[in-house]
Amino acid sequence: MSANIKKSKGGPDRHPLAPWMFLAPYLIYAAVFFVYPLLYAAWLAFHQTDGPQASVFVGLGNFKFVFSDPRFYKALTNTTIYAIASICIQLPIALGLAMLLNNSNSRMKGAFRLMIFSPNLVGQIFVGVMFAVIFTPHYGLFNKGLDALIGWGLEEQWLQNPDLLLPALIIISLWMYVGYNMIYFLAGLQSVDKQLIEAAQIDGASSWQTFLHITLPQIKPIAIFVVIMSTIGSYQLFDLPFALMKGQGFGPGDSALTIVGYLYDWGFNVGDLGTAAAIGWVLAVIIFTISILQLKVTRAYDVD
Amino acid sequence: MHTVHWVLIAAAVIYIVLRLIPGKGWKIAPAYLRVVLLCMAAFLTLTPFIWLICSAFKDKTIMMQYTFLPPVSDWFNGALNLDNFKHLVNVKDISPQGPVSFWQYIVNSIFLSCTITTINIFFSSMAGYALAKYRFRGRNIIAFVMIGSMMFPSMLLLAPLFEMIYKFGWMDSYLALIVPGAITVFGIFLFRQAMVGVPNSLLESARVDGASEFRIYWEITLPLVRPITAAYCLITFLGTWNAFLQPQIFVQTQSKLPLPVVLNQYIGLYVQEYGIFLAGTLLAIIPPAILFFILQKEFVAGLTSGATKG
Repeated sequence: MSANIKKSKGGPDRHPLAPWMFLAPYLIYAAVFFVYPLLYAAWLAFHQTDGPQASVFVGLGNFKFVFSDPRFYKALTNTTIYAIASICIQLPIALGLAMLLNNSNSRMKGAFRLMIFSPNLVGQIFVGVMFAVIFTPHYGLFNKGLDALIGWGLEEQWLQNPDLLLPALIIISLWMYVGYNMIYFLAGLQSVDKQLIEAAQIDGASSWQTFLHITLPQIKPIAIFVVIMSTIGSYQLFDLPFALMKGQGFGPGDSALTIVGYLYDWGFNVGDLGTAAAIGWVLAVIIFTISILQLKVTRAYDVD
Repeated sequence: MHTVHWVLIAAAVIYIVLRLIPGKGWKIAPAYLRVVLLCMAAFLTLTPFIWLICSAFKDKTIMMQYTFLPPVSDWFNGALNLDNFKHLVNVKDISPQGPVSFWQYIVNSIFLSCTITTINIFFSSMAGYALAKYRFRGRNIIAFVMIGSMMFPSMLLLAPLFEMIYKFGWMDSYLALIVPGAITVFGIFLFRQAMVGVPNSLLESARVDGASEFRIYWEITLPLVRPITAAYCLITFLGTWNAFLQPQIFVQTQSKLPLPVVLNQYIGLYVQEYGIFLAGTLLAIIPPAILFFILQKEFVAGLTSGATKG
């Protein structure tokens, strides 16, 4: 590629400024809406603010406060449970559905893919509004469906019971995102070497063995990608519980409080942008650490 | 026993029978099981939508009485009607500036989504083109900064952005939503990925013919990556259409709000009249659904292109 460009006479080099002209909007954007706010966020995290005008330097005060606030740990626990459940429940189902689709003929594949993916088009707020009604005790679609299927759950107060609110969120996110992750797994499965699978089957490997030793290693890159993306997405959950709680608080006993909800509460209900910025940094560090850990752990398996 | 149980039992019985038939039946049993499982998944996925459509047309007196639709005999006695939609359009809103019709919010959302999508495609593809088709000093540094910037959650920048918007005097102005949404690193990489594949010889011959660098980008390269443009168009449109947090924070005037913020208000406002905000939700998910059906093939390809080509 590079040799190709260098060879051409009077090529792009004739216009040394051209790439910079094309990049100019991004460079201005990055300076104003990324680098500057990033530095500003660092500055804010060490200041106590009261509205956009007044600020006092407080050192590590904001961080000390966050780490001593039980609500932060509540938010962290909720978000972590939600993230783990999303990965452990959603991704195996997504992979299973992708495998079912991968073995189907193409017309069926297109139709089912479209249907299972469709909830992803609907924003979290709209989904929250819908499911606030779907989870109504006695009358709600979910309660009635559960009652019809297993004879339990008709009167459960999913959105008022602190023990059921998080499971309700996990069920909704399963409905919303299983199709999204399925599409990634499907793309991964389509690149799996079919001859290798056939060879294994001829050698008498069971379908479980084939899956474990042939399919899984080959879709590993995309699986890592999906796990990391779901984790990052899960830790940024906000809109869905916010709409589900009808914009009024974060559920009984903060049982639907997420880290971003906690950030929003401090920044825009209380109006303390310093604490909000500190929470933002904590969130960034959490996401960063988990992504690195996941990469390290999955790499470690490679060595075996 | 509920109908659901009978259906499940019937499906299981057919499977067992197929497994017991030697030869042909045994062969099609796995395919049958696959279809049954996929149908179940599709059924569970689509049921909330079917329920939403039914609820939007049900009269409020029977909203709770039937999960989906009332018996057919009641359909034309006023059990199904457009009252929810009428109420929505004629709503005397909570706005101090006077009543706002639901159409206004739909227009706001369409305006915001179309503007941001158009601007974003233009700027992101330009930057992607520079990275794909030019070799220049500092290119690697820029790519490094871009990847680095993707690692920071956007929530971290929310508090400083709030102060900046305030200082710029953009509070309650669409500029607060349009300008920070004018370009995305994800889009730049998507376009870069697609534009790398455009043959250099094509660009060279245009250069020999005396075309300007901008024309080579605009008239030759961009049309050649139309599939990725379509995919990114839908991704950006959906993102802005569904965005809640930024408009919730930056827009205050009731008549300027986009749909997600309004529906979030309505769910608190019409606590007992589900039909109204469910009808609103139905209206709010129709435009992105139409766009999705038009562009779905490109969309799926675009979604996964970043992940598979790495």
